[in-house]
Amino acid sequence: MTTLDAVHVNQATKRFEAKKGDGVTALDEVNLTIRAGEFVSLIGPSGCGKSTLLRLIADLDQPTAGSVTVFGKTARQARLDQDYGIAFQSAGLLPWRTVAANIELPLQLHRVAPAKRALKVAELMSLVGLADFAESFPDQLSGGMQQRVAIARSLAESPELLLMDEPFGALDEMTRERMQTELVRICAETGAAVVFVTHSIPEAVFLSDRVVVMSPRPGRIVAIVDVALGEARGEMLREEEGFFDSVTEVREALHRVPGGAGETVRPDGAARGVDLR
Amino acid sequence: MSGTGGTLRRIALGALALVLLAAIWEGYKAVGPAGGVDLAGLQLLPRTTDLAMPHIHEMIARALEPVNSSAGSAPVWTSVLLAALSSLGTASVGLLLGAVVGITLALVMQRLPIAETAMLPWLVLSQTVPLIALAPLIVSWGGRVQIGALEWERWMSVAVIAAYLAFFPIAIGALRGLQSPDRNHTELFHSYAAGWWRTLLYLRLPASVPYLLPALRLGAASAIIGTVVAEVSTGAKGGIGRLIIEYAQSGSSDPAKAYSPIAAAVLMGLAAAGIVALAGLGVKRYRRNEVTA
Repeated sequence: MTTLDAVHVNQATKRFEAKKGDGVTALDEVNLTIRAGEFVSLIGPSGCGKSTLLRLIADLDQPTAGSVTVFGKTARQARLDQDYGIAFQSAGLLPWRTVAANIELPLQLHRVAPAKRALKVAELMSLVGLADFAESFPDQLSGGMQQRVAIARSLAESPELLLMDEPFGALDEMTRERMQTELVRICAETGAAVVFVTHSIPEAVFLSDRVVVMSPRPGRIVAIVDVALGEARGEMLREEEGFFDSVTEVREALHRVPGGAGETVRPDGAARGVDLR
Repeated sequence: MSGTGGTLRRIALGALALVLLAAIWEGYKAVGPAGGVDLAGLQLLPRTTDLAMPHIHEMIARALEPVNSSAGSAPVWTSVLLAALSSLGTASVGLLLGAVVGITLALVMQRLPIAETAMLPWLVLSQTVPLIALAPLIVSWGGRVQIGALEWERWMSVAVIAAYLAFFPIAIGALRGLQSPDRNHTELFHSYAAGWWRTLLYLRLPASVPYLLPALRLGAASAIIGTVVAEVSTGAKGGIGRLIIEYAQSGSSDPAKAYSPIAAAVLMGLAAAGIVALAGLGVKRYRRNEVTA
């Protein structure tokens, strides 16, 4: 199955109809192919449809026109077959379940045998560095730790595809960088393809094989930047020239976006909608 | 966190409130005019005669004396306690019935949004029907029920009336609880391809516990009020409602006697709230709140 493309988005359009007025075209005839094992970030100003695109792939929304296939199946079939794992901006842990039980949840829902579940949970907890917190409850964890539990949960069924909607959006900068490094490691270990929605250019560049730059009203892909920083992404990467070159390339693509970084440049160079850190 | 210090404090405060209530009663009785206070023919404060306001020590003393002068008559407090226990049993059956009906209604309303729009106004309306008007109807319907060997008894009508009052807060609380999971969680379960039943079992029911407990407490109080009122209006024997009427009728000659069943009714309410609180301890883990990053 790994020879199949992970995601194939063909002429996908998503319109949200309003009771009054014209409604909103969140996505307009978007085409995108994500290869197996590839890390792709979606970036763009608010309202560019990057989260909508992710939701179409996850079958949480359905396209108004066009099609989305995941590993050669319809998005719906892929969801029913549990071909992807998903993580949102808020960790979304169940407060009455321990860390271990939260990670176990998808396996339990799909009636995996208890012994097998325990093995998998133990493995995932050490993967995300939470082995000592198995019996803790989510309210006893920091935001970064909660998000790690959510990532471990999204990996529970060993999916070939991970969908992540700004999973580090609510974390502080230090935690965020550490989580990014860990995510790179985890992805290398699991070999899963990732679709990663973010507001942050350095985050997108650091993590991705390709960065998809989108523009709003209507949501379109305006550029795809190949990052090609190689397999080994350590902390040092953030200070290398190739990293800055790619950051500049993504930033310039965003500058050409109406409503993106180019339109409202503040004196400090930051812009509305996109995080230039 | 309320440790043992917090519990002691609460008990002390509760006792203080009782003492305060007694002090106000006795204080007013001591200084108030015998004929009460009235303003332009409108009675504002009650009479302070021994007939209208017996001393608290008289009430307690009366509770320890026999019910009546006939030989072998039990003390008032034992017959009141027995009646209270009997009523508590009836109220429990009513609460159980009300909880089953209330939670079932909430499940139907959660499952079918159209049912919520259709049913909710009727549920609200159901609570505006005066209980007194309803009681004789239920008794007469009950009289025609015969299921096999089961004979419909008066206390069953009382339990049904108690359930009629109790189901409402439970239905509303359970519905709010079942609808409490946010989009984040429901979409997660959708992404897991979990159907309605699994989502209910693993998400909606656990999430509804913090809403269900206060609803059950309200429901328990309603069930007790319903039981007492229903006992009074149906004339069911053996319960505290009956004793309240009986003892009040001897009010002119034996005023202190009427306060024993009233105190017992209050105790019943406290016992019911205590039972629900105990149940809450068993499901403590479902009352944690997620601290979002």
